[in-house]
Amino acid sequence: MADDGREESLGTDDDSDQTGADGSLNNTMVEEGSTLMRRMEICVAEAEKRSGKNAVSMQETYTVYLIETRPMDAVAEGRNPAPDCLWRRYSEFELLRNYLIVTYPYIVVPPLPEKRAEFVWHKLSADNMDPDFVERRRVGLENFLLRVASHPVLSNDKILYYFLTEEHGWKEAVYETGFQAKADSRLRALSATFRVRNPDKCFMEMKHYSDELQSHTSQLLRTRARVADRLYGVYKVHGNYGRVFSEWSAIEKEMGDGLQSAGHHMDAYAASIDDILEEEEHYADQLKEYLFYAEALRAVCRKHELTQFELEMASQDLISKKQQREELATGIVRTFSLKGMTNKLFGQEAPEQREARLKLLEDLIAEGEETVKEKTIERAEHVEKAWVDIQRFKEQKDKDLREALINYAVMQISMCKKGIQVWSNAKECFLKM
Amino acid sequence: MSGHTVPADFSEHMLDLDEDEDLEVFTKNTSLPDGSPMPNSPSSMVNQYRLEDDDEGQEVANTKDIFVTVDHPESQVTAIETFILYRVVTRTTRSDFDSSEYEVRRRYQDFVWLRSKLEEKHPTLIVHPLPEKFVMKGMVERFNDDFIETRRRALHRFLNKISEHPILSYSQHFQVFLTAQDLAPHRKQGPGFLSRMGETVRAVANSVRGLKSRPEEFAVMQEYVDDFSNKMCCMDKVTQRIVKEQREYVDELKQYSPTYARWGELEEELTEPLKGMASCVVQCSKEAEEHIQHLSEVLVPALHEYVLCAETLKAVMRRRDNIQAEFEAKNEALLTRKAEQEALQEEVDVLADRMEQANNSLKGDWLRWQRSMKTDLRSAFISAAEKNVEYYEKCLAVWESFLVSQRADSSGGQEDVA
Repeated sequence: MADDGREESLGTDDDSDQTGADGSLNNTMVEEGSTLMRRMEICVAEAEKRSGKNAVSMQETYTVYLIETRPMDAVAEGRNPAPDCLWRRYSEFELLRNYLIVTYPYIVVPPLPEKRAEFVWHKLSADNMDPDFVERRRVGLENFLLRVASHPVLSNDKILYYFLTEEHGWKEAVYETGFQAKADSRLRALSATFRVRNPDKCFMEMKHYSDELQSHTSQLLRTRARVADRLYGVYKVHGNYGRVFSEWSAIEKEMGDGLQSAGHHMDAYAASIDDILEEEEHYADQLKEYLFYAEALRAVCRKHELTQFELEMASQDLISKKQQREELATGIVRTFSLKGMTNKLFGQEAPEQREARLKLLEDLIAEGEETVKEKTIERAEHVEKAWVDIQRFKEQKDKDLREALINYAVMQISMCKKGIQVWSNAKECFLKM
Repeated sequence: MSGHTVPADFSEHMLDLDEDEDLEVFTKNTSLPDGSPMPNSPSSMVNQYRLEDDDEGQEVANTKDIFVTVDHPESQVTAIETFILYRVVTRTTRSDFDSSEYEVRRRYQDFVWLRSKLEEKHPTLIVHPLPEKFVMKGMVERFNDDFIETRRRALHRFLNKISEHPILSYSQHFQVFLTAQDLAPHRKQGPGFLSRMGETVRAVANSVRGLKSRPEEFAVMQEYVDDFSNKMCCMDKVTQRIVKEQREYVDELKQYSPTYARWGELEEELTEPLKGMASCVVQCSKEAEEHIQHLSEVLVPALHEYVLCAETLKAVMRRRDNIQAEFEAKNEALLTRKAEQEALQEEVDVLADRMEQANNSLKGDWLRWQRSMKTDLRSAFISAAEKNVEYYEKCLAVWESFLVSQRADSSGGQEDVA
């Protein structure tokens, strides 16, 4: 948790996320009218290749990203101080995110851009070193930082602040929080999912929703990759017209000029698909973000299952212990116990032993009641805070996706206009033949 | 490229009685510019030709006195075979026709007969090719409706090309084809199969011996024909590939729609835009399919027709060469042999005349053909370009209306998201 007394929070700047070759208009992560103090302008400005030795002393090449920050008041006042900057690699972003997930299990934590290129269509390489991939990842990382920094809860986190400001020493600070120890074991979480009896209905619905969301977005992404492939084929084959027209024009007298110029338009048409599909990548990235968000949402739901389960377990444990006490006190055996069996077989135990056991039980019961109290609070807090963030997430998602769909339509319109242009030009050439 | 109709040695071609092979489907859409199907009655053809006017066509349109249509394909079943009969209707004001209107039934073989007669009589005129019989791919059922329709259109086009030809349209065989109720007796007349055989054997022999020298203009023509043939094959291939790629694109595109629809059902606020997306995709797919249909009906057949024309041209060039070779052979004999000078001289004169006539015919027809080719291909390309524009315009409208509905819904301040 953020333990700083200062109410420092990190703000975002609208312009910083409009960098990027694809000219995206993705400035939706800023919270409109939020209670955050906009203190800092953040951007991920560049990417660079580095070489070094990894954990097993093998030479590796990796990419680092330059994070630049500037105090917002300086920007507002028109001063233009040089930004503070530091370099981070992807694995450090991952570490930050893992820390946030463990530390704020009631928050739908913004996702990182994908680790490896997936849903590729043939033109894109699946190579992590590919410059287009690196560029899109740069944009994605910036998006991540901006989302986190504008989140009402996460933005206050000290570790986040260090991530942005302390190049060295940040890692130690993260590990010092001991977050790794607090992480729920996979097994525990899975067990809870299966054995929990009364999870909150709303959370279960949310979980179901996140599954569906994941399914639909990944299906769309797969379809998109295939469609992109096909469309690429259609456009590129038209390039052959360019070549044939050109050759044909050489043998014709009257038709020659018309064919030649029409051929040029065919070449232009074939070439235009590259930009079109590049732009469409942005839409794919937006879908991907919510594909990964679905996972984050599910994680919050799972945490609920876990807290609910632990409460149920603790309550169950307490009940059973109380029952044991009662049996011990009254001598009536209702539940099976080894002690009870052996008593029956070998005779009752001595009163001192019984006393000792009763005392032990009382202690355990007291502990148990504490535990139940704790677990009840834990569960209730999680439910309350998570629900707030889920509502926030819902609103953000609706807004973002609506905008993504609109942008997609805009892209389609642009593509159609280009098509109209090229073919009208070609028609003119044919008319002149 | 599949087998073509007119090899230099067309005797083999004459033996083909059987239509039972695979088929190549192509069609020339002779519809009106506004896209409505071509009229069935010859009299309305007058209007059609007027509308398709360009400068060269003007003379043809104004002086056109014969109109032919091919329609009403009907299946005929006999003990031995099944075949399709097409109705051929002629309307004419020509005096050498007894009547002004004729209606006959013809099968594909009859067209083949006509064409071979025309080529026989006018070996160096460019006779428009017929649709092919079959292609090796063998996927289409022999008598399926699409095949019959595309063939019908091509046959219609063939007869119209003949009727527009200044020389061929006055051919006796053409008249007989259009008018005789029963073509069978006429088909038996004329030089027999064996004499045709003889002709072609001589032709082969001559071509083996080779030409002394081709006159410059024909050498140029030959080169053009070879290049043109090449280019047409490429164009044909490229276009067919485009159609294939587009079909695959549409198939994938359609996959979007159910996913968007289902997602829309899952959501609350987003239901409407998501369903909108699904609907847009469906509409765009439909437009794309229409586009593909148009390509298949207009551009593909037009290009294919000229692939066949290129083969026709090659055959014409070969025949011209053979005529020249025959003359040269006889001429050489005249010069070297001392005996029979008079008889040989006569033969040489005949062959010289024949050669001159052949060359002149070709020269004249060459210009006509080039003009016609330009008109046909130009119009096919224009049509294809227009259809592309139309396709994109329709898709544009779909997405724009989606955009409008989305921007209207989101209550204000949508653009400025800061």
